[in-house]
Amino acid sequence: MNIPYHRSVLLIVVPLVVLCLPAISDAESSCISCHTDLPVDELSQPAQNFTADLHNLAGFGCQDCHGGDPTVGMDDYELAHSASKGFIGVPDEQEIPGLCASCHADVEFMKQYDPKLQVDQLLEYRSSHHGKLLAEGDDKVATCVSCHGVHGIRPIDDTRSSVYKTNIARTCAGCHSDEDYMAEYDIPTKQFAQYKESIHGRKLMDEGDLAAPTCNNCHGSHGATPPGLTSVSNACGSCHANNLEYFNQSPHNDAFAMMEIGKCETCHGHHDVEQPTREEFGIGEDSKCLDCHSEGDAGYTAAKVMAEGYDSLETTLDQARELLERAERGGVDVSLGKFDLHSADDALIKARTAVHYFDTTKYNEVVQAGLIDAQKVIEQGHEAVDDLEMRRIGLAFTIPVILLVALALYLRVRQIERTKPYA
Amino acid sequence: MGRRRFLDVILGGGITALLVGIVYPVFRFIIPPEQPEADASRVVAAKTSELPPNSSKIFKFGKDPAILVHTKSGDYRAFAAICTHLDCTVQYRDDLEHIWCACHNGHYDLNGNNISGPPPSPLAQYEVTVRGEDIIVSKA
Amino acid sequence: MTDPKRPSTVMSWLDERLGLSSVKELAMHKRVPMHKHSIWYYLGGMTLFCFIVQVITGIFLLLYYRPSAEAAFESVQFIMTDVKFGWLMRSIHSWSANLMVFFAFVHMFSVFFMRAYRKPRELTWVSGAVLLMLSLGFGFSGYLLPWNQLAYFATKVGTDILGEIPLIGHWLLTVARGGEDVTGATLTRFFGVHVAVLPMITTVFLLVHLVLVQKHGMSKPIGKEYENTPQMPFFPNFAVRDLVGWTLALGILVTLSSLFPWELGVKADPLAPAPAGIRPEWFFVFMFQTLKYIPGQVLFINGELLGIAGFTLGGVALILVPFLDRRAQREERNAVVSAIGWTVLLYMVVFTILGYM
Repeated sequence: MNIPYHRSVLLIVVPLVVLCLPAISDAESSCISCHTDLPVDELSQPAQNFTADLHNLAGFGCQDCHGGDPTVGMDDYELAHSASKGFIGVPDEQEIPGLCASCHADVEFMKQYDPKLQVDQLLEYRSSHHGKLLAEGDDKVATCVSCHGVHGIRPIDDTRSSVYKTNIARTCAGCHSDEDYMAEYDIPTKQFAQYKESIHGRKLMDEGDLAAPTCNNCHGSHGATPPGLTSVSNACGSCHANNLEYFNQSPHNDAFAMMEIGKCETCHGHHDVEQPTREEFGIGEDSKCLDCHSEGDAGYTAAKVMAEGYDSLETTLDQARELLERAERGGVDVSLGKFDLHSADDALIKARTAVHYFDTTKYNEVVQAGLIDAQKVIEQGHEAVDDLEMRRIGLAFTIPVILLVALALYLRVRQIERTKPYA
Repeated sequence: MGRRRFLDVILGGGITALLVGIVYPVFRFIIPPEQPEADASRVVAAKTSELPPNSSKIFKFGKDPAILVHTKSGDYRAFAAICTHLDCTVQYRDDLEHIWCACHNGHYDLNGNNISGPPPSPLAQYEVTVRGEDIIVSKA
Repeated sequence: MTDPKRPSTVMSWLDERLGLSSVKELAMHKRVPMHKHSIWYYLGGMTLFCFIVQVITGIFLLLYYRPSAEAAFESVQFIMTDVKFGWLMRSIHSWSANLMVFFAFVHMFSVFFMRAYRKPRELTWVSGAVLLMLSLGFGFSGYLLPWNQLAYFATKVGTDILGEIPLIGHWLLTVARGGEDVTGATLTRFFGVHVAVLPMITTVFLLVHLVLVQKHGMSKPIGKEYENTPQMPFFPNFAVRDLVGWTLALGILVTLSSLFPWELGVKADPLAPAPAGIRPEWFFVFMFQTLKYIPGQVLFINGELLGIAGFTLGGVALILVPFLDRRAQREERNAVVSAIGWTVLLYMVVFTILGYM
């Protein structure tokens, strides 16, 4: 490994300090007691914030990162901050990953705290775009503290942590959405704005659905990098498994590879991915199919067939639902019909995924199965509605009888009155 | 007198028809329906003989589908069979030995936990008791 | 009818033992005055018809209904969907209940404006006023029984009002609900009240009311122009006309129930948020709406409490109408009493409409 001299020293010194001074950190630290009250924010705030830091709670002290000697007391400023006591002051940007890794990459050491903790963050970081630029001497890139914070670091499963799942996008956006900060790098800055409005962003940040992805689910975290074409699709496929699987079997797979365009994002976009709509496929105005295909080619015909299949299934299902609801409103039991409708409804959802076969034969199998189920429900619905009609027929027979009786009664009493007037 | 007689006939006939129209529905009403009232919180989901180990059955529980799994190790487990992702009906995969949703490849373990794919939350689990031949599923 | 010249031996045998002739006398002697307002004399009978329908359909519904939070909704659903003609039975019960309250109100107002509560009919009025309140009680308790979402929250709001009463309010609330909250225990209580307590009390008051009506006959409105109106015998002339009305009412009930079956809604879920636009049954809406308009504080007094006190006083005044209207007792018309009546009617109509807007 090609590590600069000062960093290699740190790698040795810091663990030594850590290992030699665990007893001291328990005692009242003169760093904290002195710094807390310093009139300069820059000097007092780290000490104040550190009380909530998970490292403090785990028993670490200032000296474990900054060096120096917290045991000398408040009188001897010089000695406490002397190089002889290993004091390094504010670590240089370049030094930070190594400094953190001096513990976090130490398998034996980390095991004491949590046996399942990752210890490969530094390796990952070096492979990341951030890490590579840092190695080239760029101090503006993100290091450990840029994301995790410093002096107030919380566990990643703490909802207040800057790297808790719902907060990650905002944390990345801190730099990546800052146009001035990003000016010298040739990458866009509107990802967060797009993500926030995307289906993933809304699910995660508005609805708190932790299954929805955020930046690091596609880009990686410590090894963050602009993903290649394959890795993006694989990232999508890790949740949208069937869609990717069907796509891989589809004629589009080779065609897209040849054109060097992404499997998923070509149609769906990436940061701004939206809930797909029915209008996005088929031969309508908003169809994505027509971005490449045009009237006369095989793709156009396939899109037309698939869209028609989808619409006929949807219409049939709606018809079935409407029939059942009509019957139910009238008080006819349709629970069996609703049960069957539920499985017929599955076909519509499956059809949306089956679009990614881009193959009318495979697609139609799904739609046909749904149509058959839906037809059965429609038959049940008709039977139920017929029951309802029977009531009206019954009513139509009853009402004349009632009116007849009423009329006859009235005429009868008039008859009585004619023969036997009362007044 | 002819008119009066006619009116009497109409009146008698009408009242008789009306009484029949009232008595018939009442008569039908008091005869209990063939299938007894469905208990929404408890149902005989299957017979032990129809469900060998490592198999499953989808059954109607209240209005919704539910799934009864006879695990390889011999337990009976029952869950709501509605995928928490987009409400498709889930199924048991005897090759994977867990529950799977065909719509978007969602997987659930035999405790109903969503273990892979898009489902955001676990399947609701029901209680299973075996009484003689009957496997009874009830809402806890 | 038997030939008066040759009395049947069965009739005379029964008469000797049961005193049927006095019952017959009670039925035969009544006369109904015929004038331009006679139409209103039908309304009591209409209310009675609805009540009879309620008793009959209610008893049939009891064959399948199960009064518990777990089973009530399901059993009503079962009645509606699985039991033959169950939908008709339940719909008629619901529609007839509403028509009964409606006819009772119209009957009350017509009797009021005709001053039919004058001597010697004071107690007929008092029993009638109590019957009206009992039918409101039937409506309130019956509304909860299907245990659906709307009924659940309407009952919650309705019983909440009890808790506002000073000193005994909280006690009343827990007694009415069978606990702190509306639960299955409330349902059981309401069921008991609906099918046992109220019917028992109603039977007593209804008998008193009907016997008094037969005894005193129909009242003529105040005024010289009514002194020489023709008198129609109640039996059979008016009774058959009543029957014509009942037959038509039956037709209306069957039509409403077939074309607009009473919906069941969704099962009550105590944990679900209250659905938007919860409202009590229409005959309570004017009170509900009034309570909404009264400010929280009126001169150091809790506004809601003031409203409740007002309605209680109103109820007491309603019962005491025959004793408050001294002029009517002297067979004099009093424009003030009419004005009060019209104001109350207008207030009820307007506030009911406001409640639905």
